[in-house]
Amino acid sequence: MASHLGGLSGAPVVRVESLVRSFGPRTILDGLSLDIEKGEFVALLGRSGSGKSTLLRALADLDDKVSGSGRLETPDKKSVVFQDARLLPWKRVLENVVLGLDLPEAAERGRVALDEVGLSGRENAWPVELSGGEQQRVALARSLVRDPELLLADEPFGALDALTRLRMHDLLRQLCARHQPAVLLVTHDVDEAVTLADRVLVLDNGAIAADIAIDIPTPRDHGDRRFGEIRSQLLRHLGVETKPVLPV
Amino acid sequence: MNAFSNTAAVAPAFPAASDERLLIPPAVEPRKTGTRRLALGRTIPFGALIGPALLLVIWSIGSIAGLIDPRTLPAPWSVVGTAIDLIAEGKLQHHLMTSAWRAAQGLVFGILIGTILALISGLSRLGEAIIDGPVQIKRAIPTLALIPLLMLWFGIGEGMKVTTIALAVLIPIYIQTHSSLRSIDSRYVELAQTLRMGYGEFIRQVILPGALPGFFLGLRFAVTYAWLSLVVVEQVNATSGIGYMIDLARNYGQTDIIIVGLVVYALLGLASDGIVRFFQERSLSWRRTLAD
Ligand SMILES: Nc1ncnc2c1ncn2[C@@H]1O[C@H](COP(=O)(O)OP(=O)(O)OP(=O)(O)O)[C@@H](O)[C@H]1O
Ligand SMILES: [Mg+2]
Repeated sequence: MASHLGGLSGAPVVRVESLVRSFGPRTILDGLSLDIEKGEFVALLGRSGSGKSTLLRALADLDDKVSGSGRLETPDKKSVVFQDARLLPWKRVLENVVLGLDLPEAAERGRVALDEVGLSGRENAWPVELSGGEQQRVALARSLVRDPELLLADEPFGALDALTRLRMHDLLRQLCARHQPAVLLVTHDVDEAVTLADRVLVLDNGAIAADIAIDIPTPRDHGDRRFGEIRSQLLRHLGVETKPVLPV
Repeated sequence: MNAFSNTAAVAPAFPAASDERLLIPPAVEPRKTGTRRLALGRTIPFGALIGPALLLVIWSIGSIAGLIDPRTLPAPWSVVGTAIDLIAEGKLQHHLMTSAWRAAQGLVFGILIGTILALISGLSRLGEAIIDGPVQIKRAIPTLALIPLLMLWFGIGEGMKVTTIALAVLIPIYIQTHSSLRSIDSRYVELAQTLRMGYGEFIRQVILPGALPGFFLGLRFAVTYAWLSLVVVEQVNATSGIGYMIDLARNYGQTDIIIVGLVVYALLGLASDGIVRFFQERSLSWRRTLAD
């Protein structure tokens, strides 16, 4: 994924300029600018309440009731993965995956997508019959079956246990390598951001306070020295002091 | 499609689900665990029949022992005898068909009108502005209080009876369907937006299935209300039907025929509720509730 870093491919997929969003008197996003290149994986960190979800919802066109200004360019083909899997309980798994997909080969594509997330054989299950991790994998399949140019994910693994989360990281990495969407992943987890992303942003005071390219080859090792340096750098931006990294 | 073609090239991060399924044992007896189970225990086979059977036993013993005066309550077997006589004469079938036909017509019209009104008012602000007020006013007036007016408008024939039943039925259908249309989780609305669903598809895939539980709840009330209003309209003015049969029997002090009529009402009520529940369970199989 790091190979997309150069951004030689021309126009960015996402272009945000001077974006302002406010709720009543409180301005949450205050002149935020951001570009995301084609196929680039960007992670967005920030304190709770800093406006990460607000930004993501603006990119997803879900904030028509929020007042604001600015320029916003996003591709038509985009998918959203929410923190909850958000499956329709009255649709079977496969129907959920191909929901709203108006193609003759929709069912076949849905099956392939379910196979990719390791859920072939569960096409006819009801969502209540799946575990939380399985439901979130269905949500991933539902997003990817649309071949998005932009994948927006708001803490998609926030509700999962640590082990499932690690496996989801592997899965997400593989899927992104194959489908090559640009990704904006909102997360609380600094390690998750550094493990997955080509570039990590920190949102603070309504604007991008830090923009750090992750120059570590994949797969990335949490114990790696460079990993540790970037982690402490990000934590400082997030207002958390850490012990200095000891030279190895 | 090309993006999906090299599935095999990547090692799966999760084992294939089909393997997991093989490991799931077939349904087993519930095990004892240390914790107290808060959901209900296992269902008792034919449990619903235990209570009524007990009542029947008490009734029989009371009749044999002479504790119950036959003029107050005839013995179960003499009620059965009367029922057999009535069937042999063809009277019971005749009255039953008349009553069932009235109830069915009233139900069909009431359900149709109630559903259509709920859809119009649930799916558009203008529809709600026009429809909801009148329905709420109608709801505040007990349907049975409208009978005198309906008799003046429709006479005392079938039209009045069916209209009364339909008016009683449409209220619960409307109220429940409308409220569940309006209480669809906004997260699903967002989902539909991000999936770029069209309006028609959104209604079909999200709104209508989401409102189905409410509709069925309304339907179960509706069936009860239909029988309730049937009883009343048949006793107000009728020349046939179970209610008429009961009213006539009252004039001649035939307690056994009254009991037969009541048993028939009970059976009709139970049967129709059973039918509604059958369809409810089939349509809502995706739900898991306390009763499972
Ligand atoms: N619908 C709303 N009405 C009013 N205020 C809102 C609304 N949505 C968000 N806010 C406010 O905007 C600010 C940013 O919210 P947002 O959800 O974007 O934060 P976040 O960075 O995603 O936080 P978290 O990490 O906790 O999810 C918060 O202070 C929140 O109270
Ligand atoms: Mg958030």
